[in-house]
Amino acid sequence: MTPLLQVENIAKFYGPRIGCTDVSFDLYPGEVMGIVGESGSGKSTLLNTLAGHLTPDRGAVRFDTRADGQHDGGLRDTVTMSEPERRMLSRTDWAFVHQHARDGLRMNVSAGGNVGERLMAVNARHYGQIRDTAIDWLGRVEIAADRIDDRPTAFSGGMQQRLQIARNLVTGPRLVFMDEPTGGLDVSVQARLLDLLRGLVREMGLSAIIVTHDLAVVRLLADRLMVMKDGRVVESGLTDQVLDDPQHAYTQLLVSSVLQV
Amino acid sequence: MSDYNFAYLDEQTKRMIRRAILKGLAIPGYQVPFASREMPMPYGWGTGGVQVSAAVLTPDDTFKVIDQGADDTTNAVSIRRFFQKTANVAVTEATADATVIQTRHRIPEEHLRAGQILVYQVPIPEPLRFLEPSEVETRKMHALEEYGLMHVKLYEDISQHGAIATAYAYPVKVEGRYVMDPSPIPKFDNPKLNMAAIQLFGAGREQRIYALPPFTEVISLDFDDYPFEPTKADHACDLCGAEDSYLDELIVDDAGGRMFMCSDTDYCTSRRKAGHIGAQGVPYAEDAA
Repeated sequence: MTPLLQVENIAKFYGPRIGCTDVSFDLYPGEVMGIVGESGSGKSTLLNTLAGHLTPDRGAVRFDTRADGQHDGGLRDTVTMSEPERRMLSRTDWAFVHQHARDGLRMNVSAGGNVGERLMAVNARHYGQIRDTAIDWLGRVEIAADRIDDRPTAFSGGMQQRLQIARNLVTGPRLVFMDEPTGGLDVSVQARLLDLLRGLVREMGLSAIIVTHDLAVVRLLADRLMVMKDGRVVESGLTDQVLDDPQHAYTQLLVSSVLQV
Repeated sequence: MSDYNFAYLDEQTKRMIRRAILKGLAIPGYQVPFASREMPMPYGWGTGGVQVSAAVLTPDDTFKVIDQGADDTTNAVSIRRFFQKTANVAVTEATADATVIQTRHRIPEEHLRAGQILVYQVPIPEPLRFLEPSEVETRKMHALEEYGLMHVKLYEDISQHGAIATAYAYPVKVEGRYVMDPSPIPKFDNPKLNMAAIQLFGAGREQRIYALPPFTEVISLDFDDYPFEPTKADHACDLCGAEDSYLDELIVDDAGGRMFMCSDTDYCTSRRKAGHIGAQGVPYAEDAA
């Protein structure tokens, strides 16, 4: 089986400082990978490098592309591919869910326009169909259809986050990058969002890479887990295995730091 | 007159502007940056158009200026006098007689022919500006032909107003490549953009020049189920009776009385001279008004 994403020895430096280095892993279709670690451990840098927002200093990020007119498809290095191709990927096969919904939404465009933007970016030109798809997706993320013409500024934090997810998933991506998708939400809203995400991931067979500092989130969503510290991966394995039987001293500290209610 | 270089600008500046114009003509719809000069008028009064006109005028040209279609508004009169004074060119109000026409926000009703140049004054050359504030990002979007955002604006129009409510500065796609702002002309004029004359667009404050060569394919953006429609007031001109021209609406008394008349004054006047009379019109007389 070909991996969907193959990361090889990726490294990103900020001057002499390490952003992240020596990261390698394979992600298979339908698999959800969690990346945990404390603030400053390089997990967001890693995610942004994988998603093409930052250019790595070393290494390769190979993605199993679909065949098009010019290429046969198959594993292609996204670091060396041309910018138009990479941007095309990031609005079709890839999706990126930001921690702050404001970074991922157009706040002065209605909810329907936000969901429709990716469709129009891939040449949807039928208003009625775009609107039907938008209503369908708002329903899937539990936003009432009559809010379709409201702007995200009129939405609560949890709704904004759900809208951002709808906006990203509308073109049927195969790989979703998520940066702290539940950060800043209160626990009951978090729980519903996680429920929703888990349902969507299973239903659409999505692969996802989720960066978070919240171990409960990865316990619920992730099949596999990587623990990062100081820009390096210190431990990786199946989620339950890593959380229940941590081997590295730092992972042990991380797991034991979780408050038991 | 002799105290100014021909057409006010120095020769080097005119060469620089001509180079930008040639590049613009070679890449229709592409916004060419140029080193816009200070002109003896405020930004927003047509400094871009004036610089383009200065660069293309020759002593043999006949010059016409219209502002919202009219030859007799302050802006049009000032710019016409400016070039009379600094370039000593012949001026006219007749569209057919002019070789260079500078316009603000209208295309003349009369069809332009090969050999004429239409110069537009452009306030905001970037059609994506109000959707994406970053110039770096909009340039990248043009370079990579990422125009989905332009349709988001039209989508918003339909969702809020039930129809594409953008009535002027209606975005167009040029030769299947660049999305362009045709300057704030009413969308009634959009179909005329495919014409025999050369069209040059100058934005002074924003320092951009772009151009359409004759008979360039210009398509107004729309949706399959909400096609582009040029619109005008559903009325005939009250002075000359024309039913095919773009109309201004004028409120004439405190009781809400109104009249419609051609925004293109030259078109209206020549029709009245030819004997056409509208609902509230009187036969044309040279000394009237």
